[in-house]
Amino acid sequence: MHEMSLCESVLKCLQESAKTQNFKRVKTVWLEIGALSGVEIEALRFSFEVVVKDSLADRAKLEIIALPGEAWCMKCSATVIIEQRFDACPKCGSYQLQVTGGDEMKIKELEVE
Amino acid sequence: MCTVCGCSEGEARIEGHEHTHHPHGEKVHDYGAGPAHAHAPGLSQARMVQIEQDILGKNNEYAAANRRWFSERGVLALNLVSSPGSGKTTLLTRTIQDIKKDLALSVIEGDQQTANDAERIRKTGVKALQINTGKGCHLDGHMVGHALETLAPEDNSVLFIENVGNLVCPSAFDLGEAHKVVILSVTEGEDKPLKYPDMFHAADLMILNKIDLLPYLTFDTRECIDYARRVNPGIKVLQVSATTGEGLSSWYQWIKAAHQLAQIGG
Repeated sequence: MHEMSLCESVLKCLQESAKTQNFKRVKTVWLEIGALSGVEIEALRFSFEVVVKDSLADRAKLEIIALPGEAWCMKCSATVIIEQRFDACPKCGSYQLQVTGGDEMKIKELEVE
Repeated sequence: MCTVCGCSEGEARIEGHEHTHHPHGEKVHDYGAGPAHAHAPGLSQARMVQIEQDILGKNNEYAAANRRWFSERGVLALNLVSSPGSGKTTLLTRTIQDIKKDLALSVIEGDQQTANDAERIRKTGVKALQINTGKGCHLDGHMVGHALETLAPEDNSVLFIENVGNLVCPSAFDLGEAHKVVILSVTEGEDKPLKYPDMFHAADLMILNKIDLLPYLTFDTRECIDYARRVNPGIKVLQVSATTGEGLSSWYQWIKAAHQLAQIGG
């Protein structure tokens, strides 16, 4: 959706961490991206490369940890895995689902020097 | 990136807001000369840092500050989102004309370019501020925070934030509003809630606009509402026509009820 702005936010976080954690270069960035976060991974990779160019994370490797979409099915009283927000419950077919996980967009960890 | 207030070097412009940029760039960052600096040749200094930070954490901080600002002043902030051409500005100008005698109102207008919409709003006698996002596809918490300084909505008023016409990106950027209100017109497809689920999931209210045109269209209202509830079982739906005025009294009642809740605070 707005992968460019997301990468700019990532870079901002990296620059701030560089000061607080005392590092100069970022070699690898691990991002946790949920299946329901609306993030297009390919677009994210493309934007990341462009955004970090000539920064402290120039040519850093981007590792994506994909997290599944999770929802609470009110009919089954159980947590089920969904691919998209409008999916029906894979067990009972109900749409009475409350999304409980999978919209994460998080910087998990960094390899720095 | 500006490390003092977080201003990015994007093209966003806030009308009337002269932003003095602080000197920045990689050069001003001092990454310290800590013990790791004295490294032996051939020895890698690479290490792992766990940061566990939300990518949108910065925006969420700005949004939280805005939310506090609204709450302290009893201001109800509504974030109006839709695709371009849903009749958002028409609905807003009509709403303003109809309720300005009952409530103090102000408007923040977000568009990529032009101040046309803010001018349309000002003609109704209500104060409005235009934010041009430039290349950006959405308003963010930081832009709205700066806009509040200039616009200065009155205490206990209602602030409408008309977001950039886009059903994708604005869903993820919290502005500190009490509610997102998604406007969908019946001249669009009834399956838009499924095509853009994030937005309909994030909204508390869906306004189905232009219902006066229903006789000329094949739009299936029931199906559309059903789709919206699939992505958001709790969404409220109002059917209106900003042109004929049909259904608008329910929308005004909804605003007044939400406004009362904003007065209670907390």
